[in-house]
Amino acid sequence: MEVLLDIIMIPTVLATIKIAVIILLFVMPLGTVLTLMERKWSAMIQDRVGPNRANIGKFTGHGALHLAADGLKSIFKEDTIPKGADSFLYLIAPFFGLIAGVATFAIIPVAGPIGDFTFQVTDVEPGLLFIFAITSLSVYGAVLAGMSSNSKFALLGGTRASAQMISYEVFMGLALMGIFMVYGTTRVSGIVDGQNEYWFGHLIPMWGVLTQPLGFVLFFTALIAETKRAPFDAPEGESEIVAGYFLEYSGMRWSAFMLAEYVALVGVASLITTLFFGGYHVPWLHLWDSAPQWLVTVLQIIKFSVFTLFFCWFQIQLRWTVPKFRFDQTMALGWKKLLPLSLVNIIVTAFVIIAFS
Amino acid sequence: MTDMNLLQSRIEGDSSGEDFSASVMSIEIGPAHPAMHGIVRFTTHLDGELIVGMDTEIGYLHRGFEKESENSKWIQVIPYTDRLNYVSPLLNNIGYSMAVEKLYGIEAPRRAEFTRVIMGEISRITDHLTCLGAAAMEIGAFTFFLWFIKAREYLWELVEEMTGARLTTNWTRFGGNSTDLPDGFLTELADRLAKLKDVMEECDKLLTRNKIFIDRVKDIGSFSKEDALSYGFTGPLLRACGIPYDVRRADSYSVYDELDFEIPVGSTGDCFDRFLVRMEEIRQSINIIEQAADKIPEGPFMTDERMLHYPDKKDVYGNIEGLIDHFKLVMEGHQPPAGEIYMPIEGGNGEIGFYLVSDGSGDPVRVRLRPPCFNFVAAMPAMTIGHYVADIVPIFGSVNMIGGELDR
Repeated sequence: MEVLLDIIMIPTVLATIKIAVIILLFVMPLGTVLTLMERKWSAMIQDRVGPNRANIGKFTGHGALHLAADGLKSIFKEDTIPKGADSFLYLIAPFFGLIAGVATFAIIPVAGPIGDFTFQVTDVEPGLLFIFAITSLSVYGAVLAGMSSNSKFALLGGTRASAQMISYEVFMGLALMGIFMVYGTTRVSGIVDGQNEYWFGHLIPMWGVLTQPLGFVLFFTALIAETKRAPFDAPEGESEIVAGYFLEYSGMRWSAFMLAEYVALVGVASLITTLFFGGYHVPWLHLWDSAPQWLVTVLQIIKFSVFTLFFCWFQIQLRWTVPKFRFDQTMALGWKKLLPLSLVNIIVTAFVIIAFS
Repeated sequence: MTDMNLLQSRIEGDSSGEDFSASVMSIEIGPAHPAMHGIVRFTTHLDGELIVGMDTEIGYLHRGFEKESENSKWIQVIPYTDRLNYVSPLLNNIGYSMAVEKLYGIEAPRRAEFTRVIMGEISRITDHLTCLGAAAMEIGAFTFFLWFIKAREYLWELVEEMTGARLTTNWTRFGGNSTDLPDGFLTELADRLAKLKDVMEECDKLLTRNKIFIDRVKDIGSFSKEDALSYGFTGPLLRACGIPYDVRRADSYSVYDELDFEIPVGSTGDCFDRFLVRMEEIRQSINIIEQAADKIPEGPFMTDERMLHYPDKKDVYGNIEGLIDHFKLVMEGHQPPAGEIYMPIEGGNGEIGFYLVSDGSGDPVRVRLRPPCFNFVAAMPAMTIGHYVADIVPIFGSVNMIGGELDR
């Protein structure tokens, strides 16, 4: 037992276990369930019933069986490679997005540390810079898929995706600059702890959304554009370029793109929760001194999950409410409106910090 | 290369000197493509995302309507007209029947005319709902589409109640209609219209002032009055360009001169104007239906002239005239007097015109349809060149091409 515990506490082993737990118990299930959630919720918005047909005998689970049915269907579908495609790039492209999406969770803490043990795979010093680095990688998925498919629609989609993601990355970083300045660190645990401070005694928690309201809006917009979801889904452009960069994919590789989208959706929601809504910190919980440690941890996980789910829901609601931007409008919005705004945000934040310090 | 050689090569179409042709990419949009409702092919030439050229190819849904009509009896053409504009089949029925009535020189009874107005306007609403819904869906407003489809369902249930079918209506006859209003139809109608108004209001709030939507449709596919006329536009697209031409007013067929309604007119002819014109026309149509439902007189719904309507069974078996009429109508068909006429009515998309030639026999010599969307599709290159590839979607959506009507 002792030996086993020792092995587990080796940092590499521990990190591997954490990765497995976070991915298998949190990200993947949530990503999968979100596909159903999206279909059901959009059905509610649109006065439809939504998926309800897959069944085992009389049991349908209100459409939950569609998850299994869809998964099975994807696995058994033929994995086609179009004629003239660059097969190596074509085959590996779907996994860039997925890996990049999953890697985001490496630095997100889901609960406060207990002693030496952290509920976070790694708390690297660069923190959010790591996220920027990783999300840039997901561009490759779209670009390679679009380029290697030997399809003009896919090529257009890949071009759009690369242009859009690269431009939005620029001010995604700038939008977060305010957060770095307010909390004085890029380390994620530092930012989360910074949000556990209070204004006016114990009245208002210093959440990122309150210290950086504009930064929140900008960063959220940038993240949604980065995940290529509606209203910024011009790279997919299902009505004009059919499905964009993943037009030619089928079976499990197509599902990898879809899953990557939903994993990214969860990633966006958890990033927003972590950076702007106090992360795992339950506000005012510190007033209850005698709270047992296990209860605090459970409450923190619940708080984190609820906020994450809320922002997942918000993105779904957004998708089914507003029309889509045209591609050049997306770019114009990014460069002409959001970029100047994020610069203004930085300057104003700097002045405010100097004035109050 | 000397100037002489350069000139010579340009005459021969040889690409030399500055060659831009390599940067132009041709892309086939359609015939099977999500934005091409109906089947049509646009070979689009793109410079980056900018459209620099477009070739249109139609005919993928050609069923030989006109030729087939020549091999049928006059009355047998009515079911074929259902399949022309298949989102507003009743308007085609009405148009064809009125054309044959004009050939006969008769008019349907007033009750039949009022019923036709009601059903025709219902069809116009379903047409506009489909067009607006589909166009909005393609630029991402999926919810708007399904709400409109829900509203369309209210109306199609009425059509089903009246004709027994949702699409294959086959409802009008020469000199009247095949059925009268069913019991309780008018109360049901008022109920459905109230529901439709609610949906309209809701959708109006959802989309009409949405900034993203306006950005997508405003100044897209603008068309001047002169261009619209030279291309032969009619219907909502012409009115969106600013010309208040509506066959219901200009030619005042049926009982439209007794009904009070306005013709909405746009100014620039862009997709936003077309959207607004169609939205307003739905409201005007509701208004027309309400007036017609108030004014509808009692009386017969089918003419009792001989050799026009099939005699009742008791006449067929009971007296010799009935028997002969029935025999001749079945064996030889309706025999309108020899002559040729053109009868336009205002369809969902614009002017639906039937040009009929009769030699006095039971078989039509010529049945020609003037489909409104033929002209729109012809103008697609003119409307899209200079816009982005994504703009094909709202432009083509607002054109409301119906394959059945276009290719016939």
